[in-house]
Amino acid sequence: MKVKVKFFAILRERAGTGEITKEIREGSTVRELWEILKRDYPKLAPVEMRLLYAVNQDYVNADCVLKELDEIVFVPPVSGG
Amino acid sequence: MFRIIREAIHLQDLVDFVTDPEAGAIVTFIGTTRNNNEGRRVIALDYEAYPEMAEKELARLGEEAKKRWNIRRMAIVHRIGPVQITEPSVIIAVSAAHRADAFEACRFAIEEIKKSVPIWKKEVFEGGEVWIGTQSGQPLSKF
Repeated sequence: MKVKVKFFAILRERAGTGEITKEIREGSTVRELWEILKRDYPKLAPVEMRLLYAVNQDYVNADCVLKELDEIVFVPPVSGG
Repeated sequence: MFRIIREAIHLQDLVDFVTDPEAGAIVTFIGTTRNNNEGRRVIALDYEAYPEMAEKELARLGEEAKKRWNIRRMAIVHRIGPVQITEPSVIIAVSAAHRADAFEACRFAIEEIKKSVPIWKKEVFEGGEVWIGTQSGQPLSKF
């Protein structure tokens, strides 16, 4: 199945792109997707920061099971204000 | 009014929005770009957001503030893109029947923005640039 991943801020710079479409197997979790992305984009691997996860613009936990066409964002430490 | 915009923020627009005949107080907060941070000479801040989600999260924290305090209306506008020294990056306005509720809800809003709304700032300083943030907080929304 296909999902959309958007990268922001430090993760966008490290990935070298703001948005990708990724083919993953049915039933994959957010955590599994992150592991795949770290292999695809080795510069993401050393990211030691604490990430939050958002699916379709709501925060979820890393065990969230993804569905076809979901939009996933790995949220690096926020710093608005 | 919960918005992410690229242009300058105008305080009066937010004040007009929260003006309410039942209100006896309007509190505003303006976050501005400071010329120094941790000993560095800051040239500008460059903000980025996940705009659709950031606006949803701002609205969510507005709803949460309404549950916790007796407020009338709230407006939050956050700017993205480069923000020069002295310019506002965020403005919050809250109206309430009484001032204590307006002050507390306004304080709550800015603290929550810094914890859980998907907005990031890159500090551009003399000799480099760095993304700011430590992810100290948990989002308000339950998951």
